[in-house]
Amino acid sequence: MSDATTRSPQRVRDRAQLGLCAALAGLGVLILVDASRIGQATSSNDPLGPRAVPLFLGVALLLVSGLYLLDVLRGGRGEEEEGEDVDLDSRADWRTLGLLAFFFLLNAVTIDRLGWVISGSILFWGSAFALGNRHHIRGLVIGVALALVTFYGFAIGLGVNLPAGILQGIL
Amino acid sequence: MDNLNALIGGFGDVLTPLNLLLALLGVIIGTAVGVLPGIGPAMTVALLLPITYGLEPTQGLILFAGIFYGGMYGGSTTSILLNTPGESASVITALEGNKMAKAGRAAQALATAAIGSFVAGSIGTVLLVFLMPQVVEYAVRLGSPEYLAIIAVAFVGVTAVLGSSRIRGVAALLIGLTFGLVGLDKTTGQQRMTFNIPELNDGIDVVVVAVGIFALGEALWVAAHLRRKAAEVIPVGQPWMSRQDWKRSWKPWLRGTAFGFPFGAIPAGGAEIPTVLSYTAERKLSKHPEEFGKGAIEGVAGPEAANNASAAGTLVPMLALGLPTNATAAIMLAAIEGWGIQPGPTLLSREPAMVWALIASLFIGNTLLLVLNLPLAPTWAKLLRIPRPYLYAGILFFASMGAYAANGQPFDLYLLLLLGIIGFAMRRFGLPVLPMIIGVILGPLAELHLRRSLQVSGGEWSGLLSSPFTWICYAIVVVVLLWPLIASVIRRARGGDDGDAGRGGAGPDGSDDDARDPLVSATTHFGRGGNPPDSTGGF
Repeated sequence: MSDATTRSPQRVRDRAQLGLCAALAGLGVLILVDASRIGQATSSNDPLGPRAVPLFLGVALLLVSGLYLLDVLRGGRGEEEEGEDVDLDSRADWRTLGLLAFFFLLNAVTIDRLGWVISGSILFWGSAFALGNRHHIRGLVIGVALALVTFYGFAIGLGVNLPAGILQGIL
Repeated sequence: MDNLNALIGGFGDVLTPLNLLLALLGVIIGTAVGVLPGIGPAMTVALLLPITYGLEPTQGLILFAGIFYGGMYGGSTTSILLNTPGESASVITALEGNKMAKAGRAAQALATAAIGSFVAGSIGTVLLVFLMPQVVEYAVRLGSPEYLAIIAVAFVGVTAVLGSSRIRGVAALLIGLTFGLVGLDKTTGQQRMTFNIPELNDGIDVVVVAVGIFALGEALWVAAHLRRKAAEVIPVGQPWMSRQDWKRSWKPWLRGTAFGFPFGAIPAGGAEIPTVLSYTAERKLSKHPEEFGKGAIEGVAGPEAANNASAAGTLVPMLALGLPTNATAAIMLAAIEGWGIQPGPTLLSREPAMVWALIASLFIGNTLLLVLNLPLAPTWAKLLRIPRPYLYAGILFFASMGAYAANGQPFDLYLLLLLGIIGFAMRRFGLPVLPMIIGVILGPLAELHLRRSLQVSGGEWSGLLSSPFTWICYAIVVVVLLWPLIASVIRRARGGDDGDAGRGGAGPDGSDDDARDPLVSATTHFGRGGNPPDSTGGF
């Protein structure tokens, strides 16, 4: 925690931060392009019009990305978030993340057709698998139980939007 | 005495068997989910939002009040028994609480946290009863320029919170404001940032943003760095306190409440600052200063009370002005809007029954929490051993369900993944999450009031500074923004002590340097966008 260890000017630590600067600048440009396409519709009722705030935001994003870049070049570094189960000494596990994203998207694609009970069960089982669960049957049983409980509790009991999908009429 | 009558009316509404059951349910679910490791109060509320979709507003809020306090209490249990806390407000509790637990005094730490939460929550709610209508009475006379000024203070307040880098806070705020921009412009109907996607015309649902950033983003972040060996849980018996513990706890509870409530009530970044202030004060006032850092009960009692009192204080601007000052309040406001109720100063006059029922259920939830949690603590502690794959798979499962159920369209799930990835990136790069969520909620409101102010003044920008109130607000904004500069000038005037340079400026400067270390490392280590001291002057 001493100042000496954190101080290293003229050297960029954590280069991925430069990507974040670029992303912020890109977002700024995106807003400006989008705003330029909005018809200028100011009136006495609305002297500011719909363009002013996006233009301001776009410029602010460009400005902040510049200042951020300056901060990074001067050796600044944002601290990664810690937590109960977070081990920051290990490198990011991209395989787990990829698998999680896959099962998440699978649920998004199938939820309307197969229904929440099936797609949700697969989501739970798949995510647990991605996170290192090797009790496949137990994972699936818990997934199906959760999906059934939430479907009956929320969709039937509380009238929340959850699709029955192909199980329509069976559930 | 109108307030009291209205409150009694509120109790009358709440004290039906069904509503009491809902309050009990809320407390149990809130505590159970809040205790789960990795789930803080904000995520608890975000994940449990769908439960309220199918309920009437009043019943939904009763349930929510229980979840709110339950989630907070659950969070402190986690930080005492597991150390590494899930959210910033519990960092300080963990400091002494976990040391106490390791020294075999987990039961006392949990007891002083539970009773302190109850005391602070009750006093805070009483203050809310008397203060909130006063604020409303004043607030209904405020015009758009004044609102814009208050929102500006809120923006600056949340981006310049303790221990964070300003540039990263501003970046997070701007990302949030960008998300708030998406959709049809409310005044002219022009499409903004919709990219011709029809689902985006109504804007991005705040529920989806909250679930994406808090639940999915967090789950993905933890998944990428999952500990191979789960952290050690300290076993705990029935919470109890000796006479000595009571004697050492009651003053910190009251002082913590006094720190917490005002900080919650002003739009300036929630519970972090008051918990730190409370901890510092208790260490100074303690008759056992040598125990600090080794498990002093005052160091748990004070910050825990400050945390809960601040949560109650948060409800003042939330109910009186429609302004959220912490993440949990932001999500509760989203829920209120979800029922088609417009928050703001007219809420109390339009929905008095609902508001008073909510406040009454806060009292009831708080009491149920105490009754329930003292005997149930050993059971809650067992939840800490839940296998991590199931825990995080469950978060993904409930996050997907909540986001889908908000509008019943798969499109929101793709949006949720995008937001989850953004939440992941924010954690990776140390961007604070709170400014972003506040930006999403308050951004559109700020634009509305800006345009209304200019409409009233006929396009004259001076219309934004129409009253002394706005002058005060913008003066606060300027002082906070220029604080690093002001602080360095002051320091130079005092004779230039460079060693302490630029810790963001907002930190409490404990004068006893040796004892400060654990506190400083706790507040700057915790990943809220802490920045090395040499680069804070950047903004």
